[in-house]
Order: sequence, then structure tokens, then C-alpha cells
Amino acid sequence: MDALAVARLQFAITTVYHFFFVPLTVGLGILVALMETLYVLRGDEVYKRMTKFWGKLFVINFAMGVVTGIVMEFQFGMNWSEYARFVGDIFGVPLAIEALLAFFLESTFLGIWIFGWDRVPKGVHAAAIWLVAIGSVFSAFWILVANSFMQEPVGYVLSNGRAEMVDFGALVTSLHVWIQFPHVLFAGVTTAGFFVLGISAYHLVKKSRGQEVFRRSFQMAVVYALAGSVLVGLIGHTQGQYLHEVQPMKLAAAEALWNTEQPASFSIFTLGDLSGKKEVFSIRIPGVVSLLTCNNLTCEVKGINDLQAEFVQKYGPGDYVPFLPITYWSFRAMVGSGLLMILLAGISLYLVLAGKMGQYPKFMKLLLWAIPLPYLANSNGWLLAEVGRQPWVVYGLMKTADGVSQVVSPGTMLFSLLTFTLVYGALMVVDIYLLAKYARKGVTEEEGESPQVSLTGGAVLEGEV
Amino acid sequence: MDLNTVWFVLVTVLFIGFFLLEGFDYGVGILLPFLGKDDTDRRVIINTIGPVWDGNEVWLITAGGAIFAAFPQWYATMFSGFYLALVLMLLALIGRGVGFEFRSKDRNPTWRALWDWLIFAGSLVPALLWGVAFGNLVRGVPIDANMQYVGSFWTLLNPYALLDGLAFVAIFGLHGAIFLSLKTKGELAERAHKAAMRFWLPAVVLIFAYVIASYFATDMFTRLGINPGPIPLGAGVALLATGWFIRQRHHGWAFVMTSLTIALSTITVTMGLYPRVMVSSLNPDWSLTIYNASSSPYTLRVMTIVALIFVPIVLLYQGWSYWIFRKRIGREDVLEY
Repeated sequence: MDALAVARLQFAITTVYHFFFVPLTVGLGILVALMETLYVLRGDEVYKRMTKFWGKLFVINFAMGVVTGIVMEFQFGMNWSEYARFVGDIFGVPLAIEALLAFFLESTFLGIWIFGWDRVPKGVHAAAIWLVAIGSVFSAFWILVANSFMQEPVGYVLSNGRAEMVDFGALVTSLHVWIQFPHVLFAGVTTAGFFVLGISAYHLVKKSRGQEVFRRSFQMAVVYALAGSVLVGLIGHTQGQYLHEVQPMKLAAAEALWNTEQPASFSIFTLGDLSGKKEVFSIRIPGVVSLLTCNNLTCEVKGINDLQAEFVQKYGPGDYVPFLPITYWSFRAMVGSGLLMILLAGISLYLVLAGKMGQYPKFMKLLLWAIPLPYLANSNGWLLAEVGRQPWVVYGLMKTADGVSQVVSPGTMLFSLLTFTLVYGALMVVDIYLLAKYARKGVTEEEGESPQVSLTGGAVLEGEV
Repeated sequence: MDLNTVWFVLVTVLFIGFFLLEGFDYGVGILLPFLGKDDTDRRVIINTIGPVWDGNEVWLITAGGAIFAAFPQWYATMFSGFYLALVLMLLALIGRGVGFEFRSKDRNPTWRALWDWLIFAGSLVPALLWGVAFGNLVRGVPIDANMQYVGSFWTLLNPYALLDGLAFVAIFGLHGAIFLSLKTKGELAERAHKAAMRFWLPAVVLIFAYVIASYFATDMFTRLGINPGPIPLGAGVALLATGWFIRQRHHGWAFVMTSLTIALSTITVTMGLYPRVMVSSLNPDWSLTIYNASSSPYTLRVMTIVALIFVPIVLLYQGWSYWIFRKRIGREDVLEY
């Protein structure tokens, strides 16, 4: 493998891995903050138990997000130093702001939240988790400002052999950001919704200690998951339409639309040859892609072949077609799991409203197994966004091949790739073990049905608190 | 002062914050296996930095982000050039970060021993590597006319830089021991005090050896002169005073002194560098400076405004969090980690 391939693979692995943790942090932070706010406002101990139970899982997940996040920041310089030289003037800014605005806020107030239960007043404690949640939302925003520049560069000029910022306002008000950001935000909400829904359902079926904790968690999570999944879908739809304008190749690649069509058909199932460059077999519904991209049945959607020809004319000879098997199937995996989540959340809401949560244990158990769905959608969403932009690292400005570090040998990179992959694999096992352990354990004695036992302070709490 | 210099100063400030705060975190991690006689002890030790270590680490992340934004060429050259060292550092930081969070979440002694070991190694390795990195920035590394690092991993491991690495470990160990003697009670605080006594002399020896080595290995002395002024001298005096305060059991003052040593030494190093950020050992003209490595004036302006607004806010709330957790921690307390 050459350095480029290794660097790309490493970026894919570390990014997708990092993004296993981030959406849950974003979504669950807000949800736990809501729970604690209810506790402060109503003084109802059940909400406190909810806060503590979900807070514990939040913290385990958060730690993984932090440590894998540092790798992301370093990686741009380590593997992609030519890219860093080219865009640092612009790209470094949101990264630095993210650290200054978001990371300090999250980490400092999470420390106060974890360790401050008995040290700060109730209201301050709830404010701390809100600040953590706000910090993680800020973090999502600024990293998406950075990513949006890669997807649709704005506010820059090319001078001194690099892209230089001329309009910071254009960067943060870019329409791309304001479509991508809510999409990711609600993906986080959905992830947390299904996480809480699945684990609550498990405990409701098992009739574990603290039924009230899980009943209310389930109710909150239903609303959260349904609102999140519907909104993420609607915004995703807008995003698709926007792609039609700014990155038509990504859209065509997601649809495996080889030739320009008017009206454009939607592929239900397309097989290509192994190179990903040619269609072998396809089942299509006429008009649907037109409907999805322009809200009518008749508009023209450009196909891959025409776009390729256009790009050759504009940017010179080269292959401007992303790797179709990934764009095509990641799009379907994302949308498919999204639709399935809307359905599951809808049914769950019906059960809550009809008061029938207890009558369908099989469905409730199914919800536990639905927890991977948002993760599947999140990962595939990023695969589509990043692979679909290829061969560009900054759309229209710099090709990925030109961004890779020149001084790092493929062997060194391979060593780092293998090391990180092994370490990440081991950590995933540990993380899932801990999450499952604490999720399964349910509310502990301390947080259980009985009133707070204040005698259990100190050494008794040692160990698995 | 032009904006390039402002950012050189700001990056220095970020590194001072990082070394001051993560300095004692690393020290605490390095001391963990030696001062923690049983599991409860080790938990107390970890809990002294429990609420703050993550916020402290953000100083590093922000320093990295600031270098990327203000001096992208520096960021690109250093991060691609110091590649394997950074892989090691990242692995260390990963093990240490999840170690804090995970170690007490299972009772299994092997589990806990494993994380304790990772916390120890994860504190020692970055402390050492930051020293090595800073040593190399000043000493100079092979950088060619295109700002590319053309050395190898082994180039970084020269005796001078390794000495710097050891000096970092010693001063962070000392800083951490004093911090622990301030934050713990009873027998553990006594052990921390003894550790501080024991760390002081090696720290003095290593740091003065490092200063002498700098005379031969770098151009620090030609640049700063024989009488380098109050800042480097202040660092030396503070380090010597640390020993006296420890002996007098004025741990608060001793902590102020190690803090001063760290801050003033960092400033000394950056004074020796200025206006360079990475010295080229091949040709002085190929060194990276705050001018040839910097972002555009517009970007520096935007970043300056952002920093002027948010750095004070961060300092305020981080200071407040230290105030909340100002109490000593004992074996009888509720231990979250």
C-alpha cells in the first residue's frame, strides 16, 4: 500500500470510531441535562435517579470521545501535513475555536458535575451538565464549520500557494454548515433517544429495580427519538437537494445515476462491476430522484458520465468519480436505518400513549437490538459525506492525493495504522463491556426505589459506585 | 508588537498553562505506583486530579489548535516530522485518559492494576516526550528548504533532547509530589512530602545539567547573553527556593515555586527561540519562524479577537472549578474515580 491509501484508511477508521462516541455525547448530554432540570424544578427523586443512571453511561462514553478526539486533531498534521499547509489559514481556525470554546467548557464542567454532587448547590450542578451539553453542541458546530469548508469552500482566496481566509463570517454562515450542523445534531438526539429507549425497554421487560426510573426514561426517550429521527430525515432531505447544487457528483454517486436523466429514476438495487465504475444490473423507479432533489417529478438530474466530462473540462484530466459501492450503499444504509428508526420510534410512541408498554414484550426487546441502528446511520452518513467528495479533500481546490504528508514513509504510517486499529479494537471491547455492565445493572441500591440512604457514604461506596 | 509576535506569546501562554496544570497531573500519574500502598490510596491519588485532569489536558489541545490556526507550517512540519513520537504520545494519552475513567468501574484487581499501569506509563511517556520535543525545537532538527523535516525518529532521540526529557519528568514529578502533599491527608500526604524531598535534588541536577548542555548544544547563550536577565535567573532561584520551602513544609509556597520554575523556564526557552519556532540544523535560513510559518494577517486578527474574549473566560471558570475542589481528599471521602 502507498502512503495515501494507508493515510486514508487510517482517517476512515479513526474518524468513524471517534464518531461512535460523539453523537451519543451530544444527544445524551442534553437529555441528562433535561432530567436533572426536572429534578431541580420538581424535587422528584426519580429524576435524580434517572440523572445518575444515564449520567454514568454518559461519562463512560464521554471518555472515549475525548481520547479519540485528540488523535483527530493530531492526525491532520501527522498524516495530512500538505493539506494542513494548504488550508491551515482557514481550517485551523474552527479547530482552535472548538478547543477554546467547547472543549474547555465540556471538560471543566463535566469535572464539576461528576465530582460536585455534594459540593455545589443543586441548581449549579444542573447548570454544569447544561454547560457540558452546550459545549458538545458547540464542538459539533465548529468541527462542522471546518468540514463544511472541505465540502464547499467559501470565504477564501487562493494566494501564496494556499487558501487564505478573507471572510470569517462567510465560513460560519455558510448554508452548508447550517444544513449539516442540525443534521448531525439531530443524529445525536436520535442516537441518545434509541440508546435510552433500548436500555429502558430492557429493564421494563425484565422488571428490574427502579421501574419508575425506566418508565419515565422510556417516555422521554420516545419523544426524543421520534423528534430526532424525523428531523434528521427532513434535514437530510434538504441536504440532498442542496448537494444537487453544490456537489452534484456526490448525489449522482449516492444514487448510482450514470447518465443524466430527466426525470431521474431512483435505484432500489444496483450492482456494479468490481471496479465500481460500471453498472451491471439495476432496478429503478422512474422520477423518484427528481422528486427527492427538486420536489417535482420532472427535473433533470445530472449523471456521473456527464459530470465526469464536465470536471475534466474544468479541472483537467483525471478521475472525478468517487468509489460508487461505498457512496451508493452507505446512502442506502443511512436512509434505510433512518426510516426504520422513525417507524420504531412511532410505534413506541403509540405504545406509550395507549398505555400498552407492558403488553408487547417482544417489541420492547427488539428495541434493545435497535440500539446499533443510529450508529449504523451515523457511520454511513460520514462515509457518504467524505467518500462522496473524493477525489477532493477540499472540493474543487485540493485533491486528497496532494494533501498527504510527504515525509512520512508508508511503513511508518502502516505501523501507526495497525497500532491504532489494535488499540481501538481493544478499547471498543472494554467500552462495550462497561456500558453493558452498567446498563444491565440498572439503578443501584443507592439510586433505587428506597429513599436516599445517606449512611452509605465513604468506604461502603468504594468500588462499583 | 505585530500579530505574529502576539501569537507567539499566546502559544507560549498556552504551553505554560499546559505544563503548569498537566505538569502536576503527569507527576501524580508517575507517582501513583510509588505512593499508593493499597487500592484506596491509589484511588485517593487519582481523585485529587479527578475533577480537573481533563480540563488541564485541553490546554494541550488548544495549544495544538492554536499552532494549527496561527502557524500552520509549524503545525504541519512538526506533526509530520515528529510522527512516531506523537504516535507514542497519543497512545499514552489514550491509555491514561480512559484509565482514569475506567479503572474503578470494575473490582477485578487485574483490571485495576492494568489501568494503574497505563496511567503511570501514560503520564511518564508524554512528560518525557514533551521534554524531548522542546529540546529538539531549540537544538534544531534537519528541516530542508521546503520546510520539510528530513530526519528520522532516531534523530529526535539525541542526548541533549533526552536530557531535556528527563528534566521534564523530574520537574513534573516534583510538581506532582508537592501537589499531592497539598491535596491529601495523613500518611499519604506524608509520603508525598517525602517524595517531594526526594525529587527535588534530581530535578535541580537535571535542570542545571540541561542549562549547561544548552550552552554547548544550542545557540541559547549567544542569543540571551551571559547575563540572561530576570526570567531565566528567576526560574533558577524559584527551583532552589522550592527545596527550602519543602523542607519548611510550606507546601503551598513550594507549589508556587515549582509553578514559577515551570512558567519562567518555558518563557526562557521561547525567548531563546524567538522569532523562530523550529530551528533548522541544516541551514539557519531554513528555520521556521513566526513570519514564514504563519497564517495570513486576517486570520491572525480573527484569532486574536477570539482569544482575547475567551481565554479570560476560560481562566475564570477553570479557576472556579479549582476553588470548588480545593479541599484535601482522604480515604474516608466518597471517591468517584
